[in-house]
Amino acid sequence: MNIASILARKGAQAVTVRPEQSVREALALLARHNIGALIVVEGADRPVGILSERDIVREAARRESVFARKVAEIMTRDVITGQPQDDLMSVAHTMTEKRIRHLPVVDQGRLIGVVSIGDVVKAQRDQFQGEVDTLQAQLLEDQSGRSH
Amino acid sequence: MARPGTAEQPLRVAIIGAGPTGYYATDQLLRQEGAVVEVDLYDRLPTPYGLVRLGVAPDHQKIKSVTAAFDKVAAHPRFRFFGGVEFGKDVTLADLRAHYHQILYCTGAQTDRRMGIPGEDLEGSHPATEFVAWYNGHPDYCDYRFDLSVERAAVVGVGNVAVDVARILCRSPQELARTDIADYALEALTRSRIKEVYLLGRRGPAQAAFSNPEIKELGELADADLAVVPAEVELDAASRESIAKSQDRAAGKKVEILQAYAQRPPAGKARRLVLRFLVSPVELLGDAGGRVAGMRLVRNELYATPTGTLQARATDRFEELAVGLVFRSVGYRGVSLPGVPFNEKWGVILNEKGRVLDPETKQPVVGEYAAGWIKRGPSGVIGTNKPDAAETVECMLEDLAQGGLRAPAHPTAAAAEALVRQRRPSYVSYPDWLRLNELEVARGRAQGRPRVKFTRVEEMLAALGR
Repeated sequence: MNIASILARKGAQAVTVRPEQSVREALALLARHNIGALIVVEGADRPVGILSERDIVREAARRESVFARKVAEIMTRDVITGQPQDDLMSVAHTMTEKRIRHLPVVDQGRLIGVVSIGDVVKAQRDQFQGEVDTLQAQLLEDQSGRSH
Repeated sequence: MARPGTAEQPLRVAIIGAGPTGYYATDQLLRQEGAVVEVDLYDRLPTPYGLVRLGVAPDHQKIKSVTAAFDKVAAHPRFRFFGGVEFGKDVTLADLRAHYHQILYCTGAQTDRRMGIPGEDLEGSHPATEFVAWYNGHPDYCDYRFDLSVERAAVVGVGNVAVDVARILCRSPQELARTDIADYALEALTRSRIKEVYLLGRRGPAQAAFSNPEIKELGELADADLAVVPAEVELDAASRESIAKSQDRAAGKKVEILQAYAQRPPAGKARRLVLRFLVSPVELLGDAGGRVAGMRLVRNELYATPTGTLQARATDRFEELAVGLVFRSVGYRGVSLPGVPFNEKWGVILNEKGRVLDPETKQPVVGEYAAGWIKRGPSGVIGTNKPDAAETVECMLEDLAQGGLRAPAHPTAAAAEALVRQRRPSYVSYPDWLRLNELEVARGRAQGRPRVKFTRVEEMLAALGR
C-alpha cells in the first residue's frame, strides 16, 4: 500500500504559506483551518520548509515580537518530503524514527498534499483490521465446513 | 414532516455498487440504533458481490466465502437490491436526488492503468482485468477472446491480479474443472498451448506485493514448475537494511521462500512459471501481422526515496523476451460517474473522508458520499473496505444529526420501487438473486463444482422466467 491512497481521500490541498509572509498571517491560517502546521512554499508550490505550532511557540517564548517576524525566519528547514508512490510501511517507519508529524508530499517537485502521522496510523490500522477481518471470515468458514 | 431517520420517515439511502464496500456500508447503516435507515443497493449487473464474484480467482473459493456475511446483511427487512439497474443510464443522479436523502457511491476501480509504452495496443496485449472478468464469467466480457495457442505469455506486475492471472494460466484442466470458472473459459484453457508464463516485477523480491501464502501456492501447482532467477532474489544491501530497520519479518520470509525456490531443481512438469524481478517492459514488439511477438525489458536497480521507500530505476541494460501474449496489471483507477465530481489525479471521486466535494468550493456536496476504492483508490484486501466504509458512514450519520441532508420530493420506498420498475422492469431483486444462486449451485453440484455461473444477462433473466 502506498501513501497515494491517503491523499486520495483528503480532497482539499495542503494549506501553504510563503516565506515572506508574517507569522501573524500564518497564525490566522492555522486558526482558520484548525491545523497544526503549514507548508512553506516558493515559486510553483515547491516546499522549502514547514511551520508548525511548535516553531511559533518556541519563538514566542524567546521574544514578544514573534507576530511581526517573517515565516522564513522561524520555519523548520531541511524538510523530508514524500512521494505518492512511497510505501506506507517505510513512511510510517521514517516518520516515527525522525519524529515527523507532517510529511509534505511532492510530485515532480510540486507540493500535492500533506500526510500527517495520524493519517499514517489510521491507514495502517485500517489495513491490519481489514486483514484480520478477512482472515477471521475464512477461519469461520473453515470451521463451519468441518462441522458439516 | 417527520424528521428523517425515524420510524415515520426513515433515512432513505441509495448505494451504487453491490461490491463488498456496498455491503459493509449497508450493514453499518442498518445497525444504527439511533436512526432508522432504509437502504436500496443498486448494481448495473443483475448479480451482487462485485469483485468477490467477478474478480477473486475461481481457485480461491475460500476468499469468496465472505458472501455468507453479505447475505446475512441482505436479509434485513429495510434492505432491497436493485440488480441490473445502471446509474446514469436507467436511473440518473436527478432521479436519485428526488428519492433519497443520501447517495453513496461504491463503484470501485473499474479500469486499468496503461503501461505507456510503444506497442501496448498490439493484438495479443490485454489489460489483466479483462482476462479476469472473462474467466470469471462477467456478462460484459463473456465474448472476449484470448489467443491461448501461443506458447509463451507475460504478465506485467506482481500484485494480486497479476499473480491470479499467471496462476490460472498455469493451472491444469483438472484443477480448473473443480472451480466455478466460466464454462467457456474452462474450455478455452483446457485447449491452451501455453508452456511458459513470465511474471514481471518492477522492484525486487522484498518489495513485491504478493503475500507469502500466495507465493507458496505458485510453488505447488500440479502442472507447472516455479522458476526463479537466483541472482534476482539475492537480497541487495538497501533491501536488507530496510527489512532490518522496519523489522518487516514477512518481507524477510518472502525473500527466503523465493531463494529456496531458486535452488529447487525443476520437476519436469508440463509448464513453467518464471518469476522475474527488477525488470520493466519498455516496448512491446510486433510481428508482421501486428501481433505481439515479444517485449523489450530494461533491468532496474533500487534506490531509496527520502522516506526510505525502495523504488525502481532503469539501468542501461536491456534484454528481449519472446512472448505472444501480454497481460498488464500495473494499477487501477476509478471511472467517473455522470454528474459526480471526479479527482483526475487520483482516479477517485473528489472527497474528504468520504464526503463528496464540490470542485469549485471544495465544500461537501450535500447528501453525496463515496466509499471503498472509488474513494481512496485500489488498495488493501476485501476487509480493508470495512473501516473505510465505517468512516464514510460516520460522516453520513453526523450530517443526519446536524440536518445536512437533501430534501427529496419522494422519500418513500414505494416511490423508489415504482421508479425502478418503470425504468428497468426486468430488474433483479434479492430474492431473485437467491433463486439464481440456488440454480447455479445446483448446476455445479452435478459436476462437483461450487457452482456453474450464468454468464449472460438474458440467460439469468430466462432462468427467472422473464
